[in-house]
Amino acid sequence: MKGLKIIVLAKQVPDTRNVGKDAMKADGTVNRAALPAIFNPEDLNALEQALQLKDKFPGSSVSLLTMGPGRAAEIIREGLYRGADNGYLLTDRAFAGADTLATSYALSCAIKKIKDYDVIIAGRQAIDGDTAQVGPQVAEKLGLPQVTYAEDVLETKKKSIVIKRRLENGVETVECPLPCVITVNASAAECRPRNAKALMKFKHARTATERQDASEDYIDMTSERPYLDLPELSVNDIEVDVAQLGLSGSPTKVKKIENVVFQAKESKVLTPSDNDMDELMKELISNHTLG
Amino acid sequence: MDNFYIDNPDLKFHLNHPLMKKIVALKERDFADKEKFDYAPLDFEDAMDSYDKVLEIVGDICANVVAPNAESVDAEGPQLVNGEVIYAKGTQENLDALVKAGLMGITLPREYNGLNFSVVPYTMAADMVSRADASFVNVWGLQDCAETIHEFADADQKNEYLTRVSGGETMAMDLTEPDAGSDLQAVQLKATFNESDGKWYLNGVKRFITNGDGHISLVLARSEEGTHDGRGLSMFIYDRNSGGVSVRRIEHKLGIIGSPTCELVFKNAPAELVGQRKLGLIKYVMSLMNGARLGIAAQSVGVAEAAYREGLEYAREREQFGKSIIKFPAVYEMLSKSKAKLDAIRSLLYETARFVDVYKAYDHISKDRTLEKEERQEMKHYQKLADIYTPLVKGISSEVCNTMAYDSLQIHGGSGFMKDYPIERIYRDARITSIYEGTTQLQVVAAIRGVTTGGYMKQIREYEMADIKPELHTYRRVLIQMTEEYEEAVERVTSFNENEFVDFHARRMVEMAGNIIMGYLLVLDTNRDSKYWRSLEVFLKIARAENKANAEVIRYSNVNDLGRFKVE
Repeated sequence: MKGLKIIVLAKQVPDTRNVGKDAMKADGTVNRAALPAIFNPEDLNALEQALQLKDKFPGSSVSLLTMGPGRAAEIIREGLYRGADNGYLLTDRAFAGADTLATSYALSCAIKKIKDYDVIIAGRQAIDGDTAQVGPQVAEKLGLPQVTYAEDVLETKKKSIVIKRRLENGVETVECPLPCVITVNASAAECRPRNAKALMKFKHARTATERQDASEDYIDMTSERPYLDLPELSVNDIEVDVAQLGLSGSPTKVKKIENVVFQAKESKVLTPSDNDMDELMKELISNHTLG
Repeated sequence: MDNFYIDNPDLKFHLNHPLMKKIVALKERDFADKEKFDYAPLDFEDAMDSYDKVLEIVGDICANVVAPNAESVDAEGPQLVNGEVIYAKGTQENLDALVKAGLMGITLPREYNGLNFSVVPYTMAADMVSRADASFVNVWGLQDCAETIHEFADADQKNEYLTRVSGGETMAMDLTEPDAGSDLQAVQLKATFNESDGKWYLNGVKRFITNGDGHISLVLARSEEGTHDGRGLSMFIYDRNSGGVSVRRIEHKLGIIGSPTCELVFKNAPAELVGQRKLGLIKYVMSLMNGARLGIAAQSVGVAEAAYREGLEYAREREQFGKSIIKFPAVYEMLSKSKAKLDAIRSLLYETARFVDVYKAYDHISKDRTLEKEERQEMKHYQKLADIYTPLVKGISSEVCNTMAYDSLQIHGGSGFMKDYPIERIYRDARITSIYEGTTQLQVVAAIRGVTTGGYMKQIREYEMADIKPELHTYRRVLIQMTEEYEEAVERVTSFNENEFVDFHARRMVEMAGNIIMGYLLVLDTNRDSKYWRSLEVFLKIARAENKANAEVIRYSNVNDLGRFKVE
């Protein structure tokens, strides 16, 4: 089988797993400065699936596509360190404020521009929004079949791909024609570590904007080493209806933000005895917490 | 996310030592590789940045893969199935992660797919891996052996085996036999040359071989029939793919359980000669052992780090008599002493690694071109230092590691004796460090040359003359006093002209020299960063007293002691 052309959709997200007191601002928006920006965890699972396909089928290539501000270039470098071949940063003021609909529209336009692909793999959802909508919407906009909740690629045939899905009550094996969009669960294989050589090869990779930024300490070698140039795609680089982008393309409106504080209302003290354990189990079963 | 490199700033501090400029320049030879390899550094800063970033990868894997696996690896251990070693599940996961991260062949040249890193960052990686799981560093860290192939094997062998090591194959060094432990001259494993196919074949038994079922093994064997000493031994490469060696048993051990210690049976196992016949023990094993000893020193420092952290955490959390036990002098003293000694052995470890680095880099350059006279002198200088510092750091750090593990367990009280806390594993793992790759007693035999030839003294004088901040002069005065005391002791011991008397006091003198050297290293560290002040003060208080005790024994000792102490 020939090599596959794989696009991985990745997002830079605030690390919401270790939320402190200052994680939210008074106006109810996320205080991004207080949270480190990370590679969305399930997108790393997606990247691993792509890299495994690449390992299996020599000649394959893995391209990352991320939409975000300039600093999201970090995500592309991170992907390159782990084995991706190249990446695109979709960045423009016009994209700002996008909800899932506008995001998937922008991504699908960028993918049409990149053109050549066999599989698009994304994480199931991002930990900042938790919508799980972007992957499926991208598939719809590109008119591609999609497999969600993927846990493993079991087999790759000439014109189709066999995937194990992790569902609420078990697993399901499906076969899907190529090209297609796959969204990957956190239960899939963890992403491999950064590779020392790849890191040393790509650590000077920068976008044009980063290269212009005088405060960045970098060595510009893009003329001899073109792979150190991380391509940026702006509105002008893709064919797009600007009205469908960013805030104007986003029907989602945040009406109100409520601060929910979890409080333990009542507590119960149990002694570590068989009897107490037994009573607790019975209670949990009867109120359907268990079973 | 936890990271053993980022959470331990001492590593970065030692990485940024001023001598690194010289080391990187020698190792990278005008950065010529940048034209040929996309991952080669462009200049000094770029090389250091690569060291730093790659160590961050190691720190990530250690904290998030190796350390969490340590408990299950210890419980499970390796299995022997049909004469082959199957690693514990966690050991295999660790290895896979480090191989995928490209962290094999770290010091090997790029032409063999290595990273061409200097010994210092490699040692730091070993330091972190050991902190995560002491047993695993024995599997991963045996990539060290490749240095011996690099130094002495021929071009074909280097191409074949070094490239495979960089690709993730593991190694072993097959030296010990049932009747040849500390005394390797007694090795009997037989190497026979077959005239008809022009190949060597090995027959016999090796024992206590760490990772004995590794892909590529260096084997010490008797190639000269009828000989009985070290001069009849040669070094061979055995490739696991050739077959002919089976694992007879895996030893059951007190500690480092995840590391498979094998008894091997060689039955007509084909092997390749490394370098020249008869130089196996005299030259190649010496080089191999020096690398391995530095590796065990790194292991000792890593295990000591783990022990210290466990003790500190427990002492902060455990409350008795209404407060954290860390508030009690009896407990905090154990911790501050441990920390001071930990900083001291780590400083000694990286000082030694730098000496090895300079000397080895020159050695490799000398194979491509003739060294200038000054370069030759410098190489000799650092080689001498590496030779006397290696046994010193191995001996001292492994003993400190044991004491620290003991104290950390003591801080845990009864809980430490239970399987519930990692410290009981760390305590068991620590124990081997002062035994293998030469016991402390044998390190003293090697290190005593540094005492009697004045090698340590010469270097102590160098430290003494270093330019330091005025506020550190008071510590130097203490060290000068300790040096005078040491010189007197050495003078007294050697004045009897009796070798056994020197041997009798050897450990005392080596320890005294070691304390003075570590004291100076802490002065120099504090000179670069005042955060070491505390460790310097605590260390000197303890070291001064320890040296005084040793000095007193020597002051009131004469050759009659040999009779008084002798047990038969």
